[in-house]
Amino acid sequence: MRLITQIGEWFDRRLQLAAPIREAVEHPVPRNTASWWYVFGSAALVVFLLQLLTGIMLAMIYVPSASEAWSSLQSLNHDVTLGWFVRAMHGWGSNFMIAIVLIHMVQVFLFGAYKFPRELTWIVGVFLLLMTLGMAFSGQVLRFDQDAYWGLGIGASIASRVPFAGPAIVKLMLGGPIIAGATLSRFFALHVFVIPGMLIGFVCLHLLMVLKLGINEWPMPGRIVKRATYTTEYHELTKNDGAPFVPYAVWKDLFFAGFILLAVAACAVYFGPFGPTGQPDPTIIQTAPKPDYFFLWLYALLSLLPPSMETPALLIGPVVAIIGLLLLPFLSGEGEKSWRRRPIAVLTVLLIAITLSTFTHLAGFAPWSPHMNAWSGDPVPQRFLHDSTALQRQGALVFQVKQCRNCHSLGEIGGQRGPALDGVAVRLTQDQLIRQVIQGGGNMPAYGKNLSPAETTALVSFLETLHPANQAPARDASRDAALAQQSEETRAQIQP
Amino acid sequence: MTNENTISRRGLFMKLGILFNGVVATALAVPIVRFLLASVTRGRANGYVSWVPLGSLREFPEGETRLATFRNPNVMPTDGKTVDTACWVRRIAGDEFQVFAVNCAHLGCPVRWFPQSGLFMCPCHGGAYYRDGSRASGPPERGLFEYPYKVENGLITIQAGELPTPGPSAFVVGKKPTCA
Repeated sequence: MRLITQIGEWFDRRLQLAAPIREAVEHPVPRNTASWWYVFGSAALVVFLLQLLTGIMLAMIYVPSASEAWSSLQSLNHDVTLGWFVRAMHGWGSNFMIAIVLIHMVQVFLFGAYKFPRELTWIVGVFLLLMTLGMAFSGQVLRFDQDAYWGLGIGASIASRVPFAGPAIVKLMLGGPIIAGATLSRFFALHVFVIPGMLIGFVCLHLLMVLKLGINEWPMPGRIVKRATYTTEYHELTKNDGAPFVPYAVWKDLFFAGFILLAVAACAVYFGPFGPTGQPDPTIIQTAPKPDYFFLWLYALLSLLPPSMETPALLIGPVVAIIGLLLLPFLSGEGEKSWRRRPIAVLTVLLIAITLSTFTHLAGFAPWSPHMNAWSGDPVPQRFLHDSTALQRQGALVFQVKQCRNCHSLGEIGGQRGPALDGVAVRLTQDQLIRQVIQGGGNMPAYGKNLSPAETTALVSFLETLHPANQAPARDASRDAALAQQSEETRAQIQP
Repeated sequence: MTNENTISRRGLFMKLGILFNGVVATALAVPIVRFLLASVTRGRANGYVSWVPLGSLREFPEGETRLATFRNPNVMPTDGKTVDTACWVRRIAGDEFQVFAVNCAHLGCPVRWFPQSGLFMCPCHGGAYYRDGSRASGPPERGLFEYPYKVENGLITIQAGELPTPGPSAFVVGKKPTCA
């Protein structure tokens, strides 16, 4: 034991780090910040360290070459001892990291911790969030499979819309004119050197400020932050009602971090690694690319925005959001910290959370997308064909072979892109049906060129049978009136 | 020893040292920036685009739309399969063709041809196009991208080499083929 102390003293004589470290870990924190609400920052750091460790392990096997990456991932999954587990830890670690960073951000926002004097801590945190998202996207590219390939195409398509500089940005991003070897290599450099390097630097800054400025005290309704008095008040608080961070508060951080690591490992063991899906071969076009979980909301948004609004929303939206986040501490740097007295803050968080989760949910079943293979050739269910005429049956056949069900459901089976057609005859008259089929409109393609007049007649006569038994089909009242008038005139002519 | 208007010998050397490093850094920045922007500057003069053969006319029956593949004109040793590209070839009649990029004009996902309904459909966000590539429905703001083509000695050749994107791209903006 004495030997260990002697060795320790030998090192400290030269390093002189023991005193500042002791000072840092034992700095007093307000007692009520030793709360389970204050564990997310340290948990994010621990998961980041886990990502560094598992990332280095993966880099020992992974080959950042467009011709080898996919097969090196396969050998990690299947040949290398526990390669699948390290991949799964890295993949799940990434999901957990984004989730924890977001929760940490919401907590900091609701507790008013971004206010004076911690404005810069918040700003550095915003950059840390952006880098974390950058790591998530570039990591998805390194999993060089079909989703990664077409995901890059989506990124390039978005970047190309920047006015003037678009094509140059695309070539800079792809490292050439197409998605190829150079693209993967530069995303490897970003994911492994550039962004992690910046992350480490920014994490150190973030932590340094937490130490220098002190952890945010528990917000009390009515305790107002003023630039003139805050620092003195905070020092009094830590002096009168403070406790050393270690061990008074740190044990909760330790338990939570351990729990998170266990949760990542449990997900890794239970669910396994992510992909890779099919080979990144652009000639295989039978694929429906989807982004990773945390970008699914964007996938849904991109299909639901009106086409004319899309480019402005894509280019201006993120800029406005980032500027808003960066300006936040300057717009409300003083005043109430407690969420109990900040209803707009609470409502903003709720609105964003509900919006993002709704879009994420929508992306899960993609009701806007024609289902490419499903139901294409499925026969029309028998119950729709009882007591039907030859013409109507011919129409049902047209309905089947022209792939109407890629977008329309019938009997609750089929695409959701267009409306369900079970009761279409109640909504549209014969004339309206013919017009809709031939001219399209309301986001439906026009089929005028692809259907012969006979096919259209048959199809519409089948569609006219699609109404509930107890509900009459839609009728054109003026046409009825015209027909009635015509028959009356005929009768008048016959009976002089 | 020094007043406000004079500068010490060491102070001068430090300033000269900073200046020297500034000059060296500027000189080094030129090759560094040129290296980083190489992929952009090379593409300016259409350096990436050239004519690539798609196959003989016999492979494309009149009135039909078929998938064809070609190898991108610029190949690096580590590109693997990513340089093989697919495109949709529609032979209208005789030597009259339309060659579409598979990339949807919305966000670049691969569109598929459905001969029965005569539509190209995109699996991502539901864009749809008619058989002549014009926009039918969904989020795309324009029709499919077309490659310029020419027919020579029974072979169809297209001008390709860049990923078509919805922004102002170098050549695939539905321009009429120059040599056909």
